[in-house]
Amino acid sequence: MFQKMSFYKILVALILSMLLVAACAPTATPTAESVAVPTQAPPTKAPKLAFTNTEIQQPQEMILATTSSTQDSGLLDYLLPDFDKEFNIKTKVIAVGSGQALQMGKDGDADVLLIHSPAAEKEFMDAGDGVRREDVMYNDFVIVGPAEDPAKITGLKTSVDAFKAIAESESKFVSRGDDSGTHVKEKNIWKKAELEPVGDWYVSAGQNMGAVLTMADELQGYTLSDRATYLAFLQQGLSLKIMVEGDSSLLNPYGVIAVNPAKSPKIRNDLANQFIDWIISIPVQEKIQVFKKEELGQSLFYPSSKLWQEAK
Amino acid sequence: MAKIYDLQNVKRVYESRTVVDIDTLEIEDGEILAIVGPSGAGKSTLLRLLNFLEYADSGLIRYKGQEVNAQLPLDFRRQVTTVFQRPALLQGSVEENVVYGLRLRGKKNGKGEVLEVITRMGLEKLRRARARTLSGGEAQRVALARAVVVRPAVLLLDEPTANLDPYNISLIEEVVREINRVQKTTIVLVTHNVFQAKRMAHRIALMLSGKIVELSRTQDFFDHPRDPRTRAFANGEMIY
Amino acid sequence: MQQLLDGILEGLRLLFTGDAVLWEIIYLSGRISGIALVISAVLGIPFGAFLGLARFRGRRLVQAIVYTGMGLPPVVVGLAVYLLLSRSGILGHLNWSWIPQLFTVPAMIVAQVIIATPLVVGYTMAAVSEVNPDLRIQVRSLGATPLQITLAVLCEARLGIIVALVGGLGSIISEVGAVMMVGGNIEGSTRVLTTAIMLETRRGNLDLAIGLGMVLLLLAFLINFGVTQLQGKGN
Repeated sequence: MFQKMSFYKILVALILSMLLVAACAPTATPTAESVAVPTQAPPTKAPKLAFTNTEIQQPQEMILATTSSTQDSGLLDYLLPDFDKEFNIKTKVIAVGSGQALQMGKDGDADVLLIHSPAAEKEFMDAGDGVRREDVMYNDFVIVGPAEDPAKITGLKTSVDAFKAIAESESKFVSRGDDSGTHVKEKNIWKKAELEPVGDWYVSAGQNMGAVLTMADELQGYTLSDRATYLAFLQQGLSLKIMVEGDSSLLNPYGVIAVNPAKSPKIRNDLANQFIDWIISIPVQEKIQVFKKEELGQSLFYPSSKLWQEAK
Repeated sequence: MAKIYDLQNVKRVYESRTVVDIDTLEIEDGEILAIVGPSGAGKSTLLRLLNFLEYADSGLIRYKGQEVNAQLPLDFRRQVTTVFQRPALLQGSVEENVVYGLRLRGKKNGKGEVLEVITRMGLEKLRRARARTLSGGEAQRVALARAVVVRPAVLLLDEPTANLDPYNISLIEEVVREINRVQKTTIVLVTHNVFQAKRMAHRIALMLSGKIVELSRTQDFFDHPRDPRTRAFANGEMIY
Repeated sequence: MQQLLDGILEGLRLLFTGDAVLWEIIYLSGRISGIALVISAVLGIPFGAFLGLARFRGRRLVQAIVYTGMGLPPVVVGLAVYLLLSRSGILGHLNWSWIPQLFTVPAMIVAQVIIATPLVVGYTMAAVSEVNPDLRIQVRSLGATPLQITLAVLCEARLGIIVALVGGLGSIISEVGAVMMVGGNIEGSTRVLTTAIMLETRRGNLDLAIGLGMVLLLLAFLINFGVTQLQGKGN
């Protein structure tokens, strides 16, 4: 640790000394050593340092593009170390929206995807962008809102009824508005309710789940959230309550996809398959089921791989 | 005496205005040559030509037999230096300013010389003072020390004592005469003060509108001027 | 209010207990931005000095381009670098080994160099053109070569240039859009202070986010304090 800090100091010192020493002590008649050294030393040194830490120890690197919910909930931090250790792989997690994750797959910038956008996933597979898709797990969405419940949705059985009530009463609703999986899910519910959400009451935030929950809390409005993020923010003092849950249309299935290796010679299809085989295996599925169960009194994710279902 | 500079048909033109137009000028090695004349006569431009800071548009300048142009070797360039009317000092102390020329030349051990020059200029108490905080006279002495310490073959002085008090003027004049005498340094002094020229120079040239109208020994310049304008200038009758 | 206080306490606790993860992130931020700054300095100071000192046709055009570059939105730089380095991007699909890959430290450095270099060039240019022009002639008269003249001018302008570097460092170490896009916020390799703050906020770990934010502020303060100290010495 202290070595690292001193490295930083050296950098700063290097920059300053470049100026103060190289520029201010007038150098002698330009000979090869006296002039070339102070200006050229840093660039040759620097890139070398840039590679040492990241590239040396890890022989196998795999890029996993996923939705922010799997990272933000802590699930990946909980699962991945086992995988990395077992197979000597360094999994690089890029947490983005489902839309960008799929685009990364199309561009060949990721080896494997873990996302929740069933329709878009199907399109992706049909277009030949992916070579293998497996169900992994699901979690669920909840409709949350202020305790006063101005739209009177508490106790409604379906998400569609709840959305209709919110639109009719023109109660504030904060939408992700970022084409994420959650946003897609929300749009589907509006579609099913045959409603076009427009008006002052409908706020399109264009932000991540946590920010949207905080906004809804500040505005005393409703929103659609995944359960994991909601519970995490509840612990931070969020005042919104769960109003509607359990509807089958609120289920949120996660799939894992191996990107077509034809996209780029750098794609590690072998590692992607290894990852898929591992995450759908029974022991890992069991681990998913117990994730945070004790702490929260409920599971955040429910395993759903074919192997798991057959075993049940 | 051998000649150190030889100028033939030298012209320097700024945007169609000819500022220096010299048919012939020879400067002798080891002399003190004063160039007098009103402002705008082209004296400072001539000094910049002699210091290789700019080049003639036509004609030929030779320095120690070498043709002066952009290709003049660094060894020759470094034999000539100028003290300007307004001293441009570097940030840092007096000592750092004086040692600067030696550093440029890659000389590591000039401590003794630097100290000697600083003492000669009466700056020993200000050695560590920030150069930018000095008075005008002190600053000009630093500038002269900085020029002298590199032991130039030619020292060019461009109105070095304009606006200075008598103490500083006499100290600077004394040092200049001394290095000319002891180190045989050639001095070219540009001044509009005929009395300073008389005190200092072996020869005096009068420059008017870019041309040298008279060049003669100091005695003759005052006693037997060939050109009526010289007489007018020497007597302070020329209005400019 | 309580949350802010908790966050500040948590931040202090993390800092002074030498939390390994925190220090790793600080180290990475410093290293990435430090390297980017060194490269920007090596590119930007000579170019800025050239623009400030040389007179040539088209100089005003180049200056206008530099000033535009100084205002480049980092997010746009991030997007551009992302699209270039993507495996299906213009550079990425060439598959040349020296082209940095997305989601790596070198890719982040590329983005930060693009953000910081125009700043260094612009401020250096301004600092250098403020140096007394008589000084250049004087130094040349004392026997300086063109390179020595440039060094002398840079030295005279050193405070301005240090300010340029600090400005550059401040802009890249506190920048989040480009490094998030290009680096991907990968734990232990491309997660820096700003992206970690975003992540922890998203996760609802506001204490940790505030703690990291404090570290960033503290770093900025230390850098600026160092500069004012230097300025004090310079005058």
